[in-house]
Formats: sequence, C-alpha cells, structure tokens
Amino acid sequence: MSILIDKSTKVICQGFTGSQGTLHSEQAIAYGTKMVGGITPGKGGQEHLGLPVFDTVREAVETTGAQASVIYVPAPFAKDGMLEAAAAGIKLIVCITEGVPTLDMLVVKASLDAQGVRVIGPNCPGVITPGECKIGIMPGDIHLPGKVGIVSRSGTLTYEAVKQTTDLGFGQSSCVGIGGDPIPGSNFIDILGMFEDDPQTEAIVMVGEIGGTAEEEAAEFIKSNVSKPVVGYIAGVTAPPGKRMGHAGAIIAGGKGTAEEKFASLQAAGVNTVESLADIGKTLQELTGW
Amino acid sequence: MNLHEYQAKQLFAEYGLPVSQGIAVDTADEAVAAAKEIGGDKWVIKAQVHAGGRGKAGGVKLVSSDDEIREFTNRLAGTNLVTFQTDEKGQPVSKIYVEACTDIERELYLGAVIDRSTRRVTFMASTEGGVEIEKVAEETPEKILRATIDPMTGASPYQGRDIAFQLGLKGRQVNQFANVFMKLARLFDECDIALIEINPLVVTTNGDIHCLDAKLSIDSNALYRQKPIGEMRDHSQEDERENQASEFNLNYVALEGNIGCMVNGAGLAMGTMDLVKLHGGQPANFLDVGGGANKEAVSEAFKIILSDEGVKAVLINIFGGIVRCDIIAEGIIGAVKEVGVSVPVVVRFEGNNAARGVKTLAESDVDIIAATSLTDAVEQVVKAAGGA
Repeated sequence: MSILIDKSTKVICQGFTGSQGTLHSEQAIAYGTKMVGGITPGKGGQEHLGLPVFDTVREAVETTGAQASVIYVPAPFAKDGMLEAAAAGIKLIVCITEGVPTLDMLVVKASLDAQGVRVIGPNCPGVITPGECKIGIMPGDIHLPGKVGIVSRSGTLTYEAVKQTTDLGFGQSSCVGIGGDPIPGSNFIDILGMFEDDPQTEAIVMVGEIGGTAEEEAAEFIKSNVSKPVVGYIAGVTAPPGKRMGHAGAIIAGGKGTAEEKFASLQAAGVNTVESLADIGKTLQELTGW
Repeated sequence: MNLHEYQAKQLFAEYGLPVSQGIAVDTADEAVAAAKEIGGDKWVIKAQVHAGGRGKAGGVKLVSSDDEIREFTNRLAGTNLVTFQTDEKGQPVSKIYVEACTDIERELYLGAVIDRSTRRVTFMASTEGGVEIEKVAEETPEKILRATIDPMTGASPYQGRDIAFQLGLKGRQVNQFANVFMKLARLFDECDIALIEINPLVVTTNGDIHCLDAKLSIDSNALYRQKPIGEMRDHSQEDERENQASEFNLNYVALEGNIGCMVNGAGLAMGTMDLVKLHGGQPANFLDVGGGANKEAVSEAFKIILSDEGVKAVLINIFGGIVRCDIIAEGIIGAVKEVGVSVPVVVRFEGNNAARGVKTLAESDVDIIAATSLTDAVEQVVKAAGGA
C-alpha cells in the first residue's frame, strides 16, 4: 500500500511536448511510472516519447483511462489546465508549475473541492511512491521503498528528508510535496490523514516552513487524529520578518506563522521536533527504535 | 509588489471610490503649484514610501501656507523616512503627495487580504481606525468585523450593508459603504490584489464615507496580466542587490551576518541559514539559486554574495534534483576565477551528479573546501568565518 499513487496508476502529462514536460516524462517513464500519453493542444495524433499525444484531456482520458495528470504548462495556463483535467474526470492532479496567481488558485480550489478532485501543488516537486510511480521532478534514485511517509512544503528539503531515511534503510511509503504557495491544492492535514490510514506507513516526517498557519492547523489535527510517530521540522527560524506594509496580514495571521509558534504548536501536539534539518533521520530512529 | 499611496488612489479613482483630489510631485515649487491647483486653504502633504506608520514618523502634515509646503517638501524629498515598519535606514521618499484636506468626524478601518486558512478573500473592518489596529485585533478580536468572499459568486452588497450597520453607520452612509465594499471587491479580483488597506476610512463632517489612506499590494505572480500596474513598480523602494538578483531569477535577501549562503530551493536555503545559526554562526544572506540554476546564475549569485563586504566565508549547499552538481561546480570555478575570491568557500553537494561535482572541484586549481555532510559543511564554514 501507499497513498495517492501506485504502480497501477495511469498517468498523463499536460504540457507533454514542452521542454519540462518532455524532460520529466522521460525520467518518469524510466522510473517505471505508467505514463499513458500526454496533451498538447494542436499536436493531437502525434507520438512523443513513444506515447500518444492528444489535443484535449477529455480525449486522453477516454482513450487511455488515465486517472492522474501531471501539469507542466506555464503559470498563465495552469488554472485552465487544472479545470480541464477535472472536467475530463481526472481524480488526481499534480501541478508542478511555479508562479500561479493566487486568485486563480482560489477559484480552482473551490471548484475542484466541489467536484471531489484532489490537487497536489502548484509550485511543488510532486508525489512519489518509491519503486512504483513517480509523478514530478524529484530525483528518483535517492528514494527507497519503505515505511516512512514524508510530507513537505519545500522541494529540496523533502529531498534531504528522503535521503536521510534512505541512508538509514527505512525507506519511504510515499512522499508528497504539497508546495509552498499561499493556496495549495492539498494541505498537511489532507496528507497526514492519508498516511494515518495507510498500513505501509509506520512513521511520518512533516517538513514545514514559516508563513501561513498550515503547520499550526496540522498540529491540531495530529493531536486528535494521528497515532503514528511524527517527526517535525520547520525552516525559517532565522528568516527576517519581511518589510511590512499595513496591518491586514498581521491581523489575519493573529500572531501565528513564525517558526517559534509552529515549533511550539507541533510540540504541544506530541510531535518530535528537530532543530537541525540534518537530524531528521536520527530522530526518527530514536523515536521508533528501528 | 507594493504600490505607493498616490498610485493606489489613482486606481481607487478609476474604480469610482471616494478619494481626495491629490497630485504627486518631486520639488517644493511643484508642491506649491499642486496646492494652488487643488484649491482651498488647507492641504495634507504626505511622504510617499512603501511603509506604514508615516504619520507618527513625521511623514504626514496638515499645512495651510506655501512656506509650510516648501519647508516639508525640502526637508523630506530625497531623504529616507524611518517608521516602525521600516528598518533603521528607512525607505527613500519617492514622491511628495499633496492632497485636499478632509474634515473628519469618525475614523474606521477597512482592509482585505487572502486568508490562507479559509482560502477566501476576507474583508476586515473595525470602528477602531488608526495605527493601533493590530492591538485591537490582538486584545479585542471581536471588534474586527469580517466578510469572506465566495470565489464562485463574488462579493454581494448585503455583506457590505451587514458590516456598515455593525459599524454603526447611518442613512446614506450604509449604501455608500456597501458601494465602497463592492468596488474594492471588484478591484481585488480584477487587479490581482494581495492586500488592500484603508486606514483610516473616514466619515467626513458632511456625513460621507471617504478613503483617506490607501495601501495596495499586488500578487507578483500575476504581473504578466497586470501590465499597467507593473509599470508603477518603484525600484527605489527595494534592495538594490535583491533587484540585481531577481534579474537572474535568484532570490536574495541581505542579512547582518558574515557567512554568505548559496543554496538551491527556498526551504533548504532557510534550513541552511537555521543550521548556520544553530552551530554558532551568522548567515549574511538568504540566496535561493532556484531549481533550474545554470552556470551563469551561479556565477552571478557568487558576485552578489561577495559584494557584501561583511562576508568572511561562503557556504554552498546544493541538493541536485533537476540541477546537476557538476554544472554548479563549473559555475563556482568560473566565478572564483572571474571575481577572485579571497574568503574560504565550503561546498556541500548531494543528489544529481554530486560525486562528479566534488571531483570537478577537486581537480580544479581553485581553493575550495569540500564537505562530507551537511553538518560537516556548516561546522567548517562557521570555523572558517572565525568560529562561533
């Protein structure tokens, strides 16, 4: 078992023939991901990387039975891409694209929630179930099939956590980069709930960063809903408070959002926090006795 | 991206929001001429900087003579204004804004932001206008009235009326307020706003609702479709090195310490700074070279880090995902040769082609300390910078 994706997940790629789509689809295929085609409007009927190209997601889904779509289209087209995938019946959208306007995500999130479609990202490395399916831009070879579920807001910090759990031989059940944008398609709580329900996942690593209140909300959730051991790390203790303009941001945050606040919330929820990102694996080992 | 008050009010005026007549100027002569054009015998004259707290810092003044206008303009134009929201250097005064004077009966607060936890544009209003609004929010949160906007339906006038009645507004003020609310909601949506703040929104002695101040922040990711607003960008309000970095898709923030950091990924860059601090060092900067860093970007990043004279050692921490460590290594060698680095440089490579990157560095004739692990790298650089 794993979460979100496994070796049977049929995946298509939006922005398939572009440079990013091509590079990462090639690597996904090499990793063993069940890629079944891609979409580039106007290039339908062609073949790319040995797979069929479609004009629309609807055609791709009808022809291939794809369940998941990974999006590499430029930011101005990401909203359209996500809405198209959802309308075509895709149930899992992984949007790698960076720089999607926040107001676009507000609409996408509201619409896709109503349709029961899950979005991971945007501005994220993607999702991987090691040894089975890789959807995104993470380097496949640092992963190892195993028992740790990793969820993170940051790409390269996810890789650090992955490497440490691989080096110690624990491996990962699934790794999810939820992305660093203000309005992510999925938040920590969504993924933590899946890891709690996944029998393969025996412990969880949660990597957060300053800004917003997602980690505080996750801490509340963990307190009452997560029984598995959780190791938590927050980046940004030394980050300077940004130049401020007005008060509205501070009012809405209500004093939350600093690294100190997030560490405190996680500790209060029984999460084992680490101050050094180099200690994630070690702490997991001490905690689980593996 | 932030706008100046005068720019925000220009947008407000385009949306039919009630703002005072005003003119932005550079010199005392222009300021006097502006006051004459506006007419009347009293004006408010305001320094234009990207920061709040201008009133308390002496950046806003009620004036009633040419001499006062000249004195204020000559004293502030071209200087830096320090407020409680700026750093100790303050922000350069870009323009002087001369505005018709408004007689105030009541001061209110009205703001709007994107609330991450509800994933809605949220309006906030309060009877307690003025600079103490954050204290109000902290001590008496019930005094902050809220309206959340459904992204599928947009704002509705009843939400504005509801707040207006709770603010104790009367008669025509209720519809005036609802109108302001609806126009702001449209502005928020159409201009990709990240933050609106009107502090204070006032009831004039004539009993009308009026926007006395205006702060606007725009979502930088949406500037591609907000061209006219993008042109309002004032680079003088931003850090010069940060601007230089952004031209190469580098994300740089200057700090006070002596250990220059070059990292790929914002999260790892913050995590690396935290580690430096944890081991007793002080990071000199945050620098994210991004996911697609190439030789040129690395070289440029190096130059930016070294342009800070406080830097005593440099830590390069790269976890190659898409980025190949050997390419980064070539960029480092090129930069070291080009700019002539005189401080110790510690490099930690991991991930994509890490071993080849370390080999490339080892075989070059540049003096670089290759670290064996993340902790080792941080310990070495803290030591090289003069110890904890």
